[in-house]
Amino acid sequence: MPPSPPVPHTLAAVGLSLGYDSRRIIDDLDLELPSGRITVIVGANASGKSTLLRGLARLLRPESGVVLLDGDDLFGLPGKRVATVVGLLPQHPVAPAGISVSDLVGRGRHPHQGWFGRWSGTDDAVVSAALAATDTLELSARRLEDLSGGQRQRVWIAMALAQDTDILLLDEPTTFLDVAHQLEVLDLLHERNRGEGTTIAMVLHDLNLAARYADHLVVLREGRILAQGDPRDVLTAAVVLDAFGLSARIIDDPVSGTPLIVPIGRFHDNHPRIS
Amino acid sequence: MVLAGLLLVVAVAASLLVGARDLAFGEVVTAVLRPDDSGPAGVVVQGLRMPRTVVGLLAGLALGVAGALMQGITRNPLADPGLLGVNAGASLFVVVGIAWFGVTAAGGYVWFAFAGALVAASIVYLIGSLGRDRGTPIKLALAGTALSAALTSLITIVLLTDSAAFDRYRFWSAGSLVARGLDSAVQLAPFIAAGALLAVVAGRMLNALALGDDLARGLGQNVVTARIVCAVAVVLLCGSATALAGPIVFVGLAVPHLARWFAGPDYRRVLPLSALLGPVLLLSADVLGRVIARPGEIEAGLVVAFLGAPVLIALVRRARPVAL
Repeated sequence: MPPSPPVPHTLAAVGLSLGYDSRRIIDDLDLELPSGRITVIVGANASGKSTLLRGLARLLRPESGVVLLDGDDLFGLPGKRVATVVGLLPQHPVAPAGISVSDLVGRGRHPHQGWFGRWSGTDDAVVSAALAATDTLELSARRLEDLSGGQRQRVWIAMALAQDTDILLLDEPTTFLDVAHQLEVLDLLHERNRGEGTTIAMVLHDLNLAARYADHLVVLREGRILAQGDPRDVLTAAVVLDAFGLSARIIDDPVSGTPLIVPIGRFHDNHPRIS
Repeated sequence: MVLAGLLLVVAVAASLLVGARDLAFGEVVTAVLRPDDSGPAGVVVQGLRMPRTVVGLLAGLALGVAGALMQGITRNPLADPGLLGVNAGASLFVVVGIAWFGVTAAGGYVWFAFAGALVAASIVYLIGSLGRDRGTPIKLALAGTALSAALTSLITIVLLTDSAAFDRYRFWSAGSLVARGLDSAVQLAPFIAAGALLAVVAGRMLNALALGDDLARGLGQNVVTARIVCAVAVVLLCGSATALAGPIVFVGLAVPHLARWFAGPDYRRVLPLSALLGPVLLLSADVLGRVIARPGEIEAGLVVAFLGAPVLIALVRRARPVAL
């Protein structure tokens, strides 16, 4: 008998305010991650992108408002159960020295294991699938520190995939990668999203890649949502100016047809009158 | 793991066989198996060598496991049970027990040692939890170092005012395995067993913590629970070890590195291996102390520092850094 299609999980913020001490970073924010889609969060430095992601991942207790997982308060649920539904890859994950790729990816199975962490056949299968999906199977016996930056990032994503959650949150998964590896990582996540229906929310810096990979684009400014929706509707010259203080022209990406932001800056503008 | 087990058997055998009085292998075997009809050898083996071997086993196990736990929760490769002020706290309370309450036996030390370890760990945790980024490894380590310094000076103050206590303290603080009878070992064994049991559960938690607090939480690990479980285990283990054998340093620091060298970074293997290698190191130190100063001897706690230092230097000098 084929398994019944899983009910998609939902993650939403309602009136969410987040901060550290008395400094408020996210202010009365409402956001619902569209299930089974890729949401990309963009915004200027210090606009609250990472903080929002930490709030959604249950790492930061709201000052007010609530994050709802399937309608339940995220902080009312046991952390272990949340971790079987919502996975997180922080911006700068750390690993113990000498850890092998297979050991690290295997640690993604943590929330699925009992007290003593006994390894099961399912664990094996899921870890192998995660290694295969990220094309790191042949690296599995290597040490993490011996890998290149691009390989290492793929391994971290494999670990997040091994957690086998329906919702995956990633904080700048492409930082420190060259442009080819950025695309490789984003393609990988796209593939996961289209193949498994995994709901993905990630913070990205590159607006053009954000526009290309996002089904739903969220632009943050000073802890509030400035605009959200289809990248084609959201990324206008006015929004870019408002969010980043940057004058830009928006053209069609000749490859994907999504908006392409061409920043103007103070120099180099050879066509000042044409728009 | 098998190798470590064999090493432990060798260390135990050496601890029974080697001593100021030369005994043949057969005599020792007889004395262990049939204590009643073995004559003077029986007195030496049953009365002296077996107790100190048992004490060495228990204290070594406790210190090795506690060191691995400490390095796990602080993610600091230089962490040892001393780092959280646990040893200093235990020592101070024992000193107070000796000086003001006239305590002499290990069975009496233990409650003071526990209380001291617990108080020190709580203070360190409270200080470390103040402020914004509560309980980060670095904060805990700093608080522990500061508290250790303060407690150590308190120990000095107490001792300077009481010369009789100072004499007893001198012997105790050198880290000797002698003069703690089997009965105190038996008394403390349940506490060490409880600590070791907690450590079994902690392995999985430490594997998650090793990936950083954020990722550990993302993996569903309650970071505070993990720290408390480990801290309770450390208090049990260190309190017992300190009561049994005095404030022995270096075992807790060097043994986990040795274990990690063999077993890699998985705490579910590092912890049991530390439990085996801790007694190996401590018993070897004790045997060596008996051999090099014949017919007298040097306390295990002093030898272990000499024995442990080159081990640690060798580990640090290896191509790979031992960062966690």
